[in-house]
Amino acid sequence: MTRFGVIRFPGSCDEVDALLAARRFGDGELLWHRDRDLKGVDAVVVPGGFSYGDYLRVGAIARFSPVMEAVAEFAADGGPVLGICNGFQVLCEAHLLPGALLPNTSLRFIARQVDIKVANAGTPFTRACQAGDELSIPVKHTTGRYYHPDPESLGHQVVFRYAAGQNPNGSIADIAGVSNEAGNVVGLMPHPEHAVDPLTGSADGGKLFESMALASSSV
Amino acid sequence: MRKRVLIRPKEGILDPQGQTVERALPALGFEGVSHVHVGRMVELDIEDESQLAEICERLLTNPLIEDYEIE
Repeated sequence: MTRFGVIRFPGSCDEVDALLAARRFGDGELLWHRDRDLKGVDAVVVPGGFSYGDYLRVGAIARFSPVMEAVAEFAADGGPVLGICNGFQVLCEAHLLPGALLPNTSLRFIARQVDIKVANAGTPFTRACQAGDELSIPVKHTTGRYYHPDPESLGHQVVFRYAAGQNPNGSIADIAGVSNEAGNVVGLMPHPEHAVDPLTGSADGGKLFESMALASSSV
Repeated sequence: MRKRVLIRPKEGILDPQGQTVERALPALGFEGVSHVHVGRMVELDIEDESQLAEICERLLTNPLIEDYEIE
């Protein structure tokens, strides 16, 4: 059974939802930001929230935490790492993912359900999907405007795009999520861990955790 | 040595904060103000100034989206 490790930073707020989502598809435990030990997990989730108060810039301080050194090594060895919202910001700041996140063009906090399209179904996080599938997943952020100086150059590294007309934050080329070159590190602004039960409107987010479970069990 | 690092959004990157301030000025009767950009300032005391550029590039700014100057 796939063991997920969900990192808890001071200021994380979505780690418990991520843990509960992970446990629908495998086993899961929390990892502490001061620990270098990833406890032998098969996949790592860097969750949403406001790590270290988001002081200086979102994700800028969390990047230097001891656990992130271990995550960088885990990622370099091909381990699957998923960054959600603040986790996406942290992975960009850590240079594990390309680009950066800027304040929403509206300068407002946005919380709403959006449809995102799977652009690359070949990653360990999307292999339970087909390219072109639309997933209904909520966003909730103030700093979610994805920026890359040359988005065309990302190619297959664009994993999710906001569906036509639904880009909530001014992200360049409607990009909602990207991967590293190898595809084993993915980050996205929408929150799949909040969309794993029809009771809350959609279970589409479960696809990402299901994909991770498939990916690590086939290793 | 006391130093100031001025950080602003990189040229060409949409700066909604600057735009919002710019749009607010005419309402107060201030005309002819343009190209407003809002950034931040970091003030610090540093013993070895030669380290400051690296500090700026590795922590104080994200060079992908921000420019800085030291004064």
